[in-house]
Amino acid sequence: MNILKFLISGIFLIYCFSSDLKAKNLEIEITKNLRCLICQGQSVYDSDSEFANSLKILVEKKLNEGLDEKQIYVYLKDKYGDWILYDPGFSKNTYFLWLLPILMFVFGGAIILRKVILKKKKL
Amino acid sequence: MKTKIFPIFLIFTFSIIFLVFYKGLQNTNVYTPTIKSEIKIPNFDAKEFFSKDKINSDQIFIGSDYYLLNIWASWCVPCKEEHKYLMDLSKKENIKIIGQNYKDNFDNAKNFLINLNNPYDLIFLDDDGTIAIEWGAYGVPETFLIQNNKIMKKIIGPLNEKLVFEIKELTQ
Repeated sequence: MNILKFLISGIFLIYCFSSDLKAKNLEIEITKNLRCLICQGQSVYDSDSEFANSLKILVEKKLNEGLDEKQIYVYLKDKYGDWILYDPGFSKNTYFLWLLPILMFVFGGAIILRKVILKKKKL
Repeated sequence: MKTKIFPIFLIFTFSIIFLVFYKGLQNTNVYTPTIKSEIKIPNFDAKEFFSKDKINSDQIFIGSDYYLLNIWASWCVPCKEEHKYLMDLSKKENIKIIGQNYKDNFDNAKNFLINLNNPYDLIFLDDDGTIAIEWGAYGVPETFLIQNNKIMKKIIGPLNEKLVFEIKELTQ
């Protein structure tokens, strides 16, 4: 009986710990995707500036309020603009950024295809 | 034919790349958030500076034509420099100056006001800096001109003579 109690309490502790860890992980993930505006080039997670520290507290607060990752990004984007996100969404300011690799891929593919076809014709 | 197109294409590409980078060289590499005016002020709860009573932002921004929200701290050197301008603006009757004491030590902040005078009609505390984020601010000092619960003008950094003149013009 004692072993059972011990086991149950152990499982309960692990469960609590893991859910706590999960929340912490999400907070870290979010702050890693936020750019610190004071020491630009560093993420909020890496930075120790006053602004970054406040933002860490705010992200934790917002998560506790029940907001999800996306809602927090939208909230911060609204206040500071796209620049605060390391992974900006698809908008009229960023469509070139997102489409450029695809365009280059298509363009490169076309060149290769043309070469291949020309070679085949020669043969 | 083939030999002609390739060098032209190469030169064209490189000149474009050169142009883009050369232009980029002259840009400032420090980003400041774009200032969206006419946005509604945030709603938040805070503690009053002296009494430590809880107040809501709705109770702060009511009853006056214009508000000047100034984020300050006693440890912030530019705040000392702009203080005289705030004292000057506090003489204007249609502007209420609201202070947001940012991550400060209470005694230091109090001494700051005793030594340099208090231009604020009301001060509230922002101990963890999260209210500043609600405003979209990221440092001290920052100043917001507010009319009808909307942000008319946002000033990043200390006030100066030119900005004070602009504020006076806007609040005529």
